[in-house]
Amino acid sequence: MAPALPDGDPAPDDGALPDSATRDAASRGFGIYLHVPFCTVRCGYCDFNTYTASELGGGASQRAYADTALREVELASRVLADAGMPARPVSTVFVGGGTPTVLPADDLVRMLDGVRGAWGLAPGAEVTTEANPDSVTPESLARLADAGFTRVSFGMQSAVPHVLATLERTHDPRRIPAVVRWAQDAGLAVSLDLIYGTPGESVDDWRASLDAVLATGVDHVSAYGLVVEQGTKMAAQVRRGDLPLPAEDDQALKYEIADAALGAAGLHWYEVSNWARTPEQACRHNLAYWRGHDWWGIGPGAHSHVGGVRWWNVKHPRAYAARLEAGLSPAAGRETLDPQAVQLERVLLGVRLSEGLPLDAVSPRARHEVAGLVADGLLDGRAALGADGAAARALLTLRGRLLADAVVRTLTD
Amino acid sequence: MSPIPSAAQSSRIQPAATPPELLRNFCIIAHIDHGKSTLADRMLQLTGVVDARAMRAQYLDRMDIERERGITIKSQAVRMPWELDGTPYALNMIDTPGHVDFTYEVSRSLAACEGAVLLVDAAQGIEAQTLANLYLALENDLQVIPVLNKIDLPAAQPEKYAEELAKLIGGEPEDCLRVSGKTGEGVVELLDTIVATVPQPVGDPTAPARAMIFDSVYDTYRGVVTYVRVVDGALSPREKIVMMSTRATHELLEIGVISPEPLPTHGLGVGEVGYLITGVKDVRQSRVGDTVTNAQKPAAESLGAYRDPRPMVFSGLYPIDGSDYPILRDALDRLKLNDAAVVYEPETSVALGFGFRVGFLGLLHLEIVRERLEREFDLALISTAPNVVYEVTLEDKSVVTVTNPSEFPSGKIGEVREPVVRATILCPSEFIGSVMELCQTRRGDLLGMDYLSEDRVEMRYTLPLAEIVFDFFDQLKSKTRGYASLDYEPTGEQVADLVKVDILLQGEQVDAFSAIVHKDKAYAYGVMMTAKLKELIPRQQFEVPIQAAIGARVIARETIRAIRKDVLAKCYGGDISRKRKLLEKQKEGKKRMKTIGRVDVPQEAFIAALSSDSESKDKKK
Repeated sequence: MAPALPDGDPAPDDGALPDSATRDAASRGFGIYLHVPFCTVRCGYCDFNTYTASELGGGASQRAYADTALREVELASRVLADAGMPARPVSTVFVGGGTPTVLPADDLVRMLDGVRGAWGLAPGAEVTTEANPDSVTPESLARLADAGFTRVSFGMQSAVPHVLATLERTHDPRRIPAVVRWAQDAGLAVSLDLIYGTPGESVDDWRASLDAVLATGVDHVSAYGLVVEQGTKMAAQVRRGDLPLPAEDDQALKYEIADAALGAAGLHWYEVSNWARTPEQACRHNLAYWRGHDWWGIGPGAHSHVGGVRWWNVKHPRAYAARLEAGLSPAAGRETLDPQAVQLERVLLGVRLSEGLPLDAVSPRARHEVAGLVADGLLDGRAALGADGAAARALLTLRGRLLADAVVRTLTD
Repeated sequence: MSPIPSAAQSSRIQPAATPPELLRNFCIIAHIDHGKSTLADRMLQLTGVVDARAMRAQYLDRMDIERERGITIKSQAVRMPWELDGTPYALNMIDTPGHVDFTYEVSRSLAACEGAVLLVDAAQGIEAQTLANLYLALENDLQVIPVLNKIDLPAAQPEKYAEELAKLIGGEPEDCLRVSGKTGEGVVELLDTIVATVPQPVGDPTAPARAMIFDSVYDTYRGVVTYVRVVDGALSPREKIVMMSTRATHELLEIGVISPEPLPTHGLGVGEVGYLITGVKDVRQSRVGDTVTNAQKPAAESLGAYRDPRPMVFSGLYPIDGSDYPILRDALDRLKLNDAAVVYEPETSVALGFGFRVGFLGLLHLEIVRERLEREFDLALISTAPNVVYEVTLEDKSVVTVTNPSEFPSGKIGEVREPVVRATILCPSEFIGSVMELCQTRRGDLLGMDYLSEDRVEMRYTLPLAEIVFDFFDQLKSKTRGYASLDYEPTGEQVADLVKVDILLQGEQVDAFSAIVHKDKAYAYGVMMTAKLKELIPRQQFEVPIQAAIGARVIARETIRAIRKDVLAKCYGGDISRKRKLLEKQKEGKKRMKTIGRVDVPQEAFIAALSSDSESKDKKK
């Protein structure tokens, strides 16, 4: 079961955007998220919108998916043009899932070509796909690179077999160095995704996973603390007492271990859960989310944001396909952010970044809280004073990163 | 056919015109659940006052709470006709409250009677509170009629308990009547016995009027309804009356008897029992125990024994939703009209916000008031642990009365006096050891012990009231498998080695948890409370020490470790709306928290910490 969609206002059938959405559009980047809602197996912890059947019927089969998604690309192109949006080439594309690589590489290429045809790709555009280590070959990776993909993010999660088994991941961890090499040989930048705090994972297990990541020499790592999401198989296992609930202190310790190990290897945090060797190697698509840029999310359950309007598509691939076939927008609901929500989002997203949140973005009342947050060791004192040459900003310390939500609550009214 | 007087006979027992020799005033003394209300219902039926179809079970218990709990809080008086050997009589049955908290009200009800039916469950034997009321009746020289009820029960042991009663009041076991309120068996004989043995009231019909108030009830439509027993002279409608304790004058708008609904009469004569309505709106203007006389021809002396109700137990009452405070204030103002014993004043607590410090006659009174407030005014309330009243003498000899532990003086203290009670505990003899052990740990002094029968014993103790207020009854019940019963009455004060234990959260005192305890128990209280709060208070961004302290001396400590992680790892798929809404929700939650120093504590934590005490209180009965 995928996470419930947010509550919002009804979305218009034609997907039309309000005038406000185009305001200042030139100052924001434009990206495309492409959701592939298929996997070969469903992992017990996963609450993403994904399906394992290859035949969902009604135009929602894996085979027909690329064509269905391309219909939404057409719709997006039309809606943005109708709204009077200035032509903006796409600066980042991110294909996520699910497991995008369960689709033939040709389908992924076709979808990328559709995006390119609709808006064009900006020079040096970042084009990423997620991939499972067991669903790529040297050939498929080379095909993607040839077609314009620049980056691949592998869902490695752990290097330890019993941890992968608890997560119900099917890949062989010994395959990781090979798939990383294939991708690098194809000219793709590589990121590895890790999960820490899986029930039964020891501190040594976690160190082993970090060591395995560092041995590959990748330039980008994401590490996420496991969240037992409601409605997942894992949540049921925890409820029955078959699995212990991940302990917060254990996750905090593992985060600190990860930050130390990655830092020692030359990978620096640029967002709470992301590390890169150089600023250029950060994932620009994800940065665009945190910086409040525009993106259109293609696919069932995908979320979009254009100029203060957020919307989300119907969840099920079949309903999604049916709406597009009928010439309707697949959006299930949307919300137009009021100034207060814009402010809250700016703080909650911006504070997660190593570039920090400019203090002029928070209210005068919240600025009074900064000294206390510095005193508690949650914010960097020099950055808060602007003493390091940059503008005064809220920059999380290591402890602050682990308590980022508390910092956000303090810095918002 | 029931011996109900004929029409001709009835003319001889009209209100205001019944000679004392045809009057019988009696009450029923019984323990909760021993069947008093059922027996009263049966009497109303047999005397023709209520017919069977109109009979509502437990007719006399008016309020919902009373009916649910099977106890009678407010007494009332019903006039019933009866005939014996060709003579008509008017019987006044005066209902008495059956609980320890209302001893004074019981004593006034007893003072309105010449006889008492001692009603005991034939399957359970006499209970401590009944025994206490029995002694009260004997002290008042009432004619006691021993009656065993529920003889229809298979578990009834009438022989055994008849012997017990005979031993208690003198006489032979055979004198003990056996009835079943449920089937009606033996009730006619009981009514006959009442007429035959209860003395007639005695008074001077020519003397200035004197009537004793034994109950006072607020009615939304009529104002205060006052129940009186006329001792001397007579009262008539429209005359001016005086309340002798306050000297307040009122006009008698209505006077009458209850049979079983109010029935206006031409007045009330010597020995008669009935009600008065003067139009006053507050029971405080018509107080139990006061004497009513005629304004034009007042009596020189009151009937005496009037006493202001004295609150013995205090507790802070707070609305769980702070915005309900004005509703609570109005509710208490309304409740006061009907309950002369409740006293209150506003207070504020850092932990609980705005509320009231309320004084009660005892724990049951507290519970009843709280329940009425919640039920009748739709309030959700939290009450602090109940405490007694302390007299603290400072070194400069000035005396401070403390009704709230957080107001306990912090300076040099000369001595502290606490109220003590004389407690009577009845239990099967096999539990003597357990009861003695309990009373000893509660600082009790054994006064004496008597066997009521071969296997039942009465134990008398002096105990600090504070110890009884603190879950004593639950402990007693659990140590005696529910067989023990308890009664107590205030007997004065004693000097004791008492200290105030404060609970500090990161160095800040949490007022709602301060307690005055005996020095030897301070440590145990501190350990218990700090451990409980550690469980309930969520981890903060910093380490939070929880300390129990006497003055500046820390006697117990727990530490809530700092929270290390409070971050959502992932903002995946761009679902930022969900994350924003989650944060908005968290911020709302934070607004509902109380801040003690820098520590955010959810209201629920305070409630949980306080309610484990009140939970045990609720288990009583």
